[in-house]
Parts: sequence; structure tokens; C-alpha cells
Amino acid sequence: MSMTTRNKADTETADVLVKPSSATAGSEESDGFVGPVQEISASRGWVALRLSELWQYRELLYFLVWRDIKVRYKQTILGAAWAIIQPFFTMVVFSLFFGNLAKMPSDNIPYPIFSYAALVPWTFFATGLGNASNSLVGNAGLIQKVYFPRLAVPIAGVLSPLVDFVLAFVVLIAMMFYFHLGPSVAVIWLPVFLLLAFITALGVGLWLSALNVEYRDVRYVVPFLTNFWLFVTPVAYPSSLLKEPWHTIYGLNPMAGVVDGFRWALLGAKTPAPGPMVWVSALAAILILVSGAYYFRRMERTFADVV
Amino acid sequence: MPPLAIRVESVSKRYRIGLAPRRYQTLRESLSSSLGYAVRWIARSGRGADGSRGDSSSIWALRGVSFDVRQGEVVGIIGRNGAGKSTLLKILSRITEPTNGRVRIAGRIGSLLEVGTGFHPELTGRENIYLNGAILGMRRDEIQRRFDEIVAFSEVEQFMDTPVKRYSSGMYLRLAFAVAAHLDPEILLVDEVLAVGDQRFQQKCIGKMESAGSEGRTVLFVSHNMPAIARLCDRTILLDKGEVIADGPTGTVVARYLNLDEDLRQPGASVSWPNPEQAPGNEEVRLKGMQLLGPHGAPQAEFDAGDPIELEVQFWVLREVPNVVPMFRVYNEDRLCVFASAPIRDPVFGGRARQVGTYTARCHIPPLFMAEGFFSVELALRTLYPRRFFLPGVRLLSFRIVDSGGEDSVRGEYRGLWPGVIAPALHWQSDYLPQIEVGA
Repeated sequence: MSMTTRNKADTETADVLVKPSSATAGSEESDGFVGPVQEISASRGWVALRLSELWQYRELLYFLVWRDIKVRYKQTILGAAWAIIQPFFTMVVFSLFFGNLAKMPSDNIPYPIFSYAALVPWTFFATGLGNASNSLVGNAGLIQKVYFPRLAVPIAGVLSPLVDFVLAFVVLIAMMFYFHLGPSVAVIWLPVFLLLAFITALGVGLWLSALNVEYRDVRYVVPFLTNFWLFVTPVAYPSSLLKEPWHTIYGLNPMAGVVDGFRWALLGAKTPAPGPMVWVSALAAILILVSGAYYFRRMERTFADVV
Repeated sequence: MPPLAIRVESVSKRYRIGLAPRRYQTLRESLSSSLGYAVRWIARSGRGADGSRGDSSSIWALRGVSFDVRQGEVVGIIGRNGAGKSTLLKILSRITEPTNGRVRIAGRIGSLLEVGTGFHPELTGRENIYLNGAILGMRRDEIQRRFDEIVAFSEVEQFMDTPVKRYSSGMYLRLAFAVAAHLDPEILLVDEVLAVGDQRFQQKCIGKMESAGSEGRTVLFVSHNMPAIARLCDRTILLDKGEVIADGPTGTVVARYLNLDEDLRQPGASVSWPNPEQAPGNEEVRLKGMQLLGPHGAPQAEFDAGDPIELEVQFWVLREVPNVVPMFRVYNEDRLCVFASAPIRDPVFGGRARQVGTYTARCHIPPLFMAEGFFSVELALRTLYPRRFFLPGVRLLSFRIVDSGGEDSVRGEYRGLWPGVIAPALHWQSDYLPQIEVGA
């Protein structure tokens, strides 16, 4: 029997599952309850996502993100600068070795901005993924002592690097000024690609965090996975190196779509429009997210016992 | 009858236990053993942790637990370690799922399974109040509204903007409890939070829980602290090895708990030596045994304040000696001697000399006399004057007094800590005149 828990006497929500007898006044004597009743029982198999409950706990989600951000910046000297240093210096190294020495083609854009425009969403993705993967184990204390929809934990993990993203993005704008490159009208698509990165990070993060609870070596797999993924994504090189149909198949890596889309949205006519690859990326990301969410919810019943 | 708040229906919980290396499998092991069965592995997953894998052993933390709680009841849950109390609370708090059975709950739940859940050492007191409040389920506007009350309750006002890692443990606890105390759930689940903290903190906790009860909230309270349970709860449930073995008025159930096994009664309640060679004493007088007996004549280590205590001493006189008597002193937790007594006027012990033989002395400590607490008994075998000790004072037994608040109870309905080294029931006589009388 699948779990039929609903959220409690939160009277704003009309969405409450209630056995008919206990909802009406003058209820049957056998059922002594008055008002909405929650039921707790063993769940079997696949479990509903219950996103409405997650929405009810949105303030907790806010506080988890707030906590992560505050803690990250307390007692640091460089503070916000850390958000910029990582993508920026990677860009410097890439520009030196790939751009200058190896003479990597870069779609007719100066290599530094070519790579940096990809590194900004990439860093957001990688950090979000790393945070999400370890989020359940890292919050083991909370999970064992308090009830809340566990989905909030990896989601908070992927949301907190948004602040860093914004800071790195500001530097990106500055660089665009420096290189006299202006955005095209396609820039309105930028949030969409950011969302795609978010979805991918969250989707993979959900899979990994659920796996990490039981199989602790997942934690060591993640840095390797991230590194590997970086090179499989067209950050240091353009995706135009691939011809069709490989170019479209390449979209199975959702981050390929993100990165290409990001560059195109920001730099407009200078880079080729991403084309069908982006649709493949979007589809792949959504599949990963939905499957990850269901897998996570299915494993959720074991978290408090195993973590 | 007030409406139901909680209905637990035949809830069982199984935990998988096993050697640590088995618990966290590595992916490699799983993949290599289920190569080509990836889909089936996913289908099987999610069931492993509650022990359905054939190769691991499991324990049942709860078996078929059922009970109802009505709105406004304050119910204690007691039992030995491992009885399943915390597991039950975890299931009610929706932290873990039952293996079988179900629970139905009406009302908003607040769980206090630990004090300071989610506190982050790097954040300040102020920030942690918001964080902890949100974790416990309070809305942000709720926290804001009650912020000043919380700060006042915690008494760490001047340290609000210091990171919590700088707090002393006492400040930390006070702050954590202050947030938790301002939860306004309809149903409150509390797990042994009284176990930590100093006396003052514990009193504050008890006080808050009392007021929760008097405000009509439903409270479930798990504790080992029998006096606290007796003070707060009218009804108690006793769990043992995962099953409910008693559910009823607190006095009865607590007594049942104390009788659960010999261990709780014997050591501390009775000592004896079968023959004089190893017994304490000297060549002339040896102690044979000492017991504290309850109303049924059996040795007991915990007594209700309304029950008399019989202290019995047996000793051998091996050679004729002057008038040796047993004398005992009772010490309380503060190491104060509450009282001492010896059978000065007992005819058996009168006279000048003791003949060889076995002597038994029984002292009746009256009911409604001792204060609540933990006491130890020190016994000496001596002559009173001139002072001569055949057995110098040895602390042999200890016992606890609990006031479960019966009809004759000194404390009556008072829920706080009754002061005093002793708590005798004294006679009061009162008078009343219907007018205001002035002058002598």
C-alpha cells in the first residue's frame, strides 16, 4: 500500500486526503477523529513525488540555502572572491594552453571569453552536483531527527551556488565589455539554459545522493565524474568540431546543450545557433531529473535508518 | 470523550543489523554480483534497509504496538533501554516508516527528539534561532513574532550576535530549548530531552511541558526520569522488547516497570552473607544481612513516598559483648545525613550484655516522611556509649523515593520540586470566620 501521508492541519491547503467518515461532523463512532487525519504506514515500491508538500516546506528550503551560503562566507578572507577565482583562473589556464599554445578553434570568438562563457554555467553545475551528491550524508543529523521532505536537501545543495554564479556572471559581463562583444536578442534564452543546468545538476544529484546513503564510495566517484564530464563537455573546445549526426547525439550530454546555449545566448550572431542538439540535451536532462526524483523518493524510506 | 489525536494500529518496525563492513556495500560489490541484473537491482532497492535481504539478520524494534491517545492527554512512555521508545517516537514523527501497521494522527506535530537540531556552530545565536525554528516547522513570521520571547527565555540575550560555537554548553542548551519551547504544535513528542543539562535547565523543561499539558496540548513524553514522569503524566505506557506490556495510570505502570526484573530491585535493596567467616565485622560481631523491604515484604530499591519502608538488619554475636546495636544513617544526594536511627528503646536490645546468637532488628520508616530522591544507607554495629564500633559505618544499600501523587501524597497536585530534606505529612488545622476580625 503506498504512502498516503498528507500534510497536516495547515488549513490553507485544500488538498487533504481524508477518509470520508472522519471529515464530516457527526462521524461514525468507530472513528474517533475530528478533522483532517494523516496516515503513516509502510510504503512499498514507487512513491508519489508529493511536490505540494515540498512547496509547503519552501521556507525550510530557503533557510537551508541561506545557511549554506552564510556559512560558506563566514570567516573567509576572500569571501565573495572565491566565487570568481575558480572559473576565472581555469579560463586563464585554458586560454594559455588550449587557446594560445594548442591554437584551439573557438568559433571566431576570442578564446578567453569563449571558455569563460562556458565555465560560468559549468562551475555552477559542478558545484551544485557536488553539493547535492553529498547533501544527505552531510545533513545526516537533521534527517535522523526531524521530519521534512528530504527532496529539500539536494535541492538546497543545487540552489546555493546560484550566488556564486551571479558573481561570476558579473565578471563575464565585464569581460564582454572588454572584448567589445554585446549580447544579441537571444539573451532572453539565457535563464532557460541556466535552468537546464540546474535540472541536470539536480537530476544527477538526486541519483547520487540517494545512492550515497547506502554506498559510501559514491562520494569518491563524484570528483572523478565531474572532471571527466568537464572534458566531455564543449567547455575548452567548440562543439562545432563534431559533424552531424554526432553533433546531435552529443546532445545526450545535457551540459553540452547548456554550454552551447549559453554561448549562443550571450554572444549571439558570433556563435552558431545550437540547433537540434539542444532539444536532445533538454530531453536528456528532464529524463534524468524525473527518474532521479522517483528513485530518490523510493529510497527515501531508508534514509533515516541507514544514513 | 475528547476526540482522538493519535491512533497507533499494530505498528512493527524491523531493523537490519549486521557487521559494519556489510552495511555500506560498495558499488563494485553490488555491480559485480548483479551484473546484467541492473533493472532487477533497482526494483529490489528500497527494501533492503528493513531487513528483507535474506542474508542479513534483523531485529524487531517494535512488535504490534497499538494504543490510542486522546486530545489533551499527557502520556508517558517508559521502558528499559532498547525497549523501542525512541523508535516509536521516530515513527510518529515520520522520520522513519513502520515495517507493518499504521498510525493515524490528527493535528500538527512538533517533535523534540534532540535539542539544538540543525544548529550550525558558525552561525550566530540569532541566525540559529531562525534556522532551528524553520527546521522544527515554524513559519518565518511565527519565528519573528516570538523572537523576543525566545531570546528572553534563553537568557543569552547579550550573546545573540556571537557564533554559537563560542557558547558554553549551558548557553547552547538554553538557546536550543528556548526555540523548541515556543513551538505551538497540537501534538508534542518529547524524547528524553531532560537527560541533559543542569538542575535548573531540567526544571525549566519540566515547567514548559507542564504548561503545554495544561494548555490542552497532547504530549507524549519518553523518559527514564521516573519522578518527572510521575509529575507530568496521568497515563503511562510501558514498553519492553518492542511490545506494550502496560498502559494505564502512571502509578501502576511505574510500579510495574520497577518490578520488571530482579535487577532493579535487588542490588541496592538487599545484601547478605551466608556465614560469618566472610561477613563484615570483627571477631565478636558479624553482619549477616540487611534489606529494605516494601509493603509486600520483598526487597525493593524504589519506593513510593506513600509506602512505609522496613529496614531489616541481621547480625551474629560470636562472643558475649556489651550492648551492641545496629545504627543506620540515611544520606541524600547532596550527601547530607537526613536522619539516623538505632533501637535504643527496644527491649531485646536493652540491658548491658549481648549473648551469643543471631539477632534481627527491623526498623519501620513511616510513609509520607521521606522526600523524593535517591538515598543511601550506611550501617554501623556499635555500642552507643561508650563509643565502640564492631562494624564501622559501611554504605551498603541505596534506594529511591518517588512520589506518584496518591491521595495522601504530601505533594498533592503540586508539580514542582517539593523542597526540604524530608517531606513529612504534617497535621494542619485551619479556622475561618465570615467577617474581617480586627484586634487581639
